[in-house]
Amino acid sequence: MTKNMIMGGLAVFVLAVLSPFWFNMVTTTQAAPEPELLGPAKQAKKCVLETYDMRANHMSLLDEWRDAVVRDADRIYVAANGNFFNMSLSTGENSCLGCHADKAKFCDSCHTYTSVDPYCWDCHTNPKEIE
Amino acid sequence: MMEKSRRCFLKVAGIAAIGLGAAPAMNFAASDSHGSAAAEKAKSPDALHAERWGMAIIVKKLNDKIAKQITHACHTQHNVPDFTHEVDTQAFPNTRAVNHKQEIKWIWKEKFHYAFPDKEDEFLNEKFHHLPFMVTCNHCKNAPCVQACPTQATFKREDGIVVMDYHRCIGCRFCMAACPYGSRSFNFRDPRPFIAETDPDFPTRSKGVVEKCNLCAERLAKGEQPHCVEASEGAIVVGDLEDPESDVRKLLKEHYSIRRKQSLGTEPSVYYIV
Repeated sequence: MTKNMIMGGLAVFVLAVLSPFWFNMVTTTQAAPEPELLGPAKQAKKCVLETYDMRANHMSLLDEWRDAVVRDADRIYVAANGNFFNMSLSTGENSCLGCHADKAKFCDSCHTYTSVDPYCWDCHTNPKEIE
Repeated sequence: MMEKSRRCFLKVAGIAAIGLGAAPAMNFAASDSHGSAAAEKAKSPDALHAERWGMAIIVKKLNDKIAKQITHACHTQHNVPDFTHEVDTQAFPNTRAVNHKQEIKWIWKEKFHYAFPDKEDEFLNEKFHHLPFMVTCNHCKNAPCVQACPTQATFKREDGIVVMDYHRCIGCRFCMAACPYGSRSFNFRDPRPFIAETDPDFPTRSKGVVEKCNLCAERLAKGEQPHCVEASEGAIVVGDLEDPESDVRKLLKEHYSIRRKQSLGTEPSVYYIV
């Protein structure tokens, strides 16, 4: 086998293996959507956690909140930065949706982009949708 | 000579490696452990507390109208589906026809001989056949449903309320078999099409979970009395069974009361003053 054949084969192999990247370079891809801060959240400038932490860990935070509310009857979260929050997805002004007014632009845009389908809203209700 | 320098090199390299590893470890030990930076969970200052929540139902004060009022208040505000409700076919297309044998209830009117089958004497006082007994989850001290639940979705809170974590319910219905009072209902189908007006302050349930009365844990946490108490015009009193000074205990001290199927040893926390 000649050196050329080996190099050629390698080149083809690398091209094939990296094909998803080539595909993405050719086609236009959507940039990951940024969650939009709307409603009271826009003015508030206070987050439950640091933005980075929130992005990475909001699911485990919600899990913790659920256990605290359902099992220990603790319903108020005093964040590390001293702010109070109502540990609820959708009830009251100080809840998740109480502050982040638009569920579609805050929750759904990223979840749809990443093909995540959390079942929160099978039971919990978006007060805006009810009306 | 050559051998010795390699030995030296390895020694130095080893010490250096320890040093490299030590720096992050020291930093970690020195920093506040992550998360404990004062993030806390607390109860609302208005929350009502009890050693063991219980209920006294003054049956004399109940009539059909009040009974209906109570069920209505509880069911509408907890988004309990009503299968006689006409489905909005625009909002919920493809809803299967209703099986009217299915029902979901948290608190409802029951006849004496169904509520108290062990107390039905041969020559029972005539009035007992007509009194509306409101029955609901008894929040038993020894709750059999809690023991039956394989996922701990049903559990007993420290304050005696038997609560469900609907997230964890797998729909096995062991609890329904275990409950001697029939206090639990199963969602055989998505309940949403059968809720006339969804109350935004309480979630609905989903298909495949069991549900029951939660003694309005969400209201007690805000310092409010349960819906049934407010709608009952004084017929239902909720309070602390372990506190001799509570309204419930005072009532029970002065009046004769009965409990459902007491012989089973579940120790119900709902007392009926007859």
